[in-house]
Amino acid sequence: MLETKDILETITMIQDENLDIRTVTMGISLLDCIDSDIDKACDKVYNKILKCASRLVPECEEIEKKYGIPIINKRISVTPIALILGACEDKSPVKFALTLEKAARAVGVNFIGGYSALVQKGFTQADKILINSIPEALAVTDHVCSSVNIGSTKAGINLDAVKMMGTVVKQAAELTKDRNCIGAAKLVVFCNAPEDNPFMAGAFHGVGEADCVINVGVSGPGVVRAALAKSKDLDITSVAELIKRTAFKITRMGQLVAKEASQRLGVPFGIVDLSLAPTPAVGDSVAYILEEIGLECCGCAGTTAALAMLNDAVKKGGVMASSKVGGLSGAFIPVTEDAGMIHAAECGSLTIEKLEAMTAVCSVGLDMINIPGDTTAEVISAIIADEAAIGMINSKTTAVRVIPAIGKKEGDSLSFGGLLGEGPVMKINTGSPAKFINRGGQIPAPLQSLKN
Amino acid sequence: MKVVISVIGKDSVGILAGVSNKCAEYGVNIIDVSQSVLQDMFCMIMICDIKTLNTDFNKFADVMSAYGEEKGLSIHTMHEDIFNAMHKI
Repeated sequence: MLETKDILETITMIQDENLDIRTVTMGISLLDCIDSDIDKACDKVYNKILKCASRLVPECEEIEKKYGIPIINKRISVTPIALILGACEDKSPVKFALTLEKAARAVGVNFIGGYSALVQKGFTQADKILINSIPEALAVTDHVCSSVNIGSTKAGINLDAVKMMGTVVKQAAELTKDRNCIGAAKLVVFCNAPEDNPFMAGAFHGVGEADCVINVGVSGPGVVRAALAKSKDLDITSVAELIKRTAFKITRMGQLVAKEASQRLGVPFGIVDLSLAPTPAVGDSVAYILEEIGLECCGCAGTTAALAMLNDAVKKGGVMASSKVGGLSGAFIPVTEDAGMIHAAECGSLTIEKLEAMTAVCSVGLDMINIPGDTTAEVISAIIADEAAIGMINSKTTAVRVIPAIGKKEGDSLSFGGLLGEGPVMKINTGSPAKFINRGGQIPAPLQSLKN
Repeated sequence: MKVVISVIGKDSVGILAGVSNKCAEYGVNIIDVSQSVLQDMFCMIMICDIKTLNTDFNKFADVMSAYGEEKGLSIHTMHEDIFNAMHKI
């Protein structure tokens, strides 16, 4: 029998502590849409997405009602478009971006990801064309997200791709400077990109995946923080234990929604992504969890250790709660999307160097960071290279999503609105890495033994 | 299918009667009720069977929530599986 205190706990989590399902993402393979005629390929892509996903939004809304749990985003991820483009004689990738946009609008999803290329070890002709088209594709669409994988532990880092991406990120911001540089906020550069990630902007549907799957990302930093706030004087072992228990509960809910969605849509259940994904809402912040653990302000000494413990405890609790776990799984630290991070960055406690250290122990990487608009493409490339190196050496996913705030300088603020939030333009080291980046070539794959 | 109806708000006369009436009106069978009043705050949890519900579930949830608003109460109607998933292994 259900106990009153358990029922009230669940209701409090949803009503007061911002517990929600962050996203139900349908992964759709477009490999069967390949055609040498690009217009035919676009038609096939559009029809396939509509065939698979037309019920996605209404079914999710029914689930929200049934369980009383908000599902914030409904999204679609597709096969990296560079693979589909490869077969086309007319290589105009933006046509695919416009098709994805049209399909996203038709089915009513919040985002569609997969305008992507995987170039960790080298480029095809289509990869290069697609990467160069990313700024335009993101400027002419609202819902399309793009990602490029430029490195992996097995392949090393493609420095030619790193160089290209510095320029692409900057152009993406410039082409959308009248819309708060939103283009760059829809573009992620990965090392070790996961193929089943439900979170944007980095979601794409990997080639090793089934034809169509449902992946679910849960959220709940507010719940973890509230649990910690109620238990003030625990030692750190007990804090980790408490986080584990809370993560378990959050993930069980994700598992329930994932199974129900997959059953209703007649599509296999892929994975639950056990992430603590913050939102700009007050209380729904990963930084505040760290501060609840005992840091004066996120970014001070101790932040990396506290985050490492948090990230690990979330995974341990979540893994038990779900039959299949994947995606990015861990604590996210997007600066502009997290009220506590925004505050820490504004007061100078949180710097980009500290954020880089934090990414070595938690999910993802340098995420949603506003940098001065006059930052050179080489510096952006070098930020990408640094972050990719952390991922490559530590066999983990890392990513860079920085937004060059065109026309703004350090200390100014850039606002995107909604879940993407707002934040200060952060100080970065402007010393020139141009010679290093312009060398090009491939950073060789690292040794997997002699780990010191 | 079982649902959990939770009612939270300032205590007043007739809350239980009002909510039960709504349930009866829509053919919802109340299986279990627990309620408490703590410092003027009324808190009631009802477990109900909706096998004989005479409308669709979404409509019923909306009706209950609207009734709550009208009476200054917070009423949530949720499928029991979310609580089972979260609190039982």
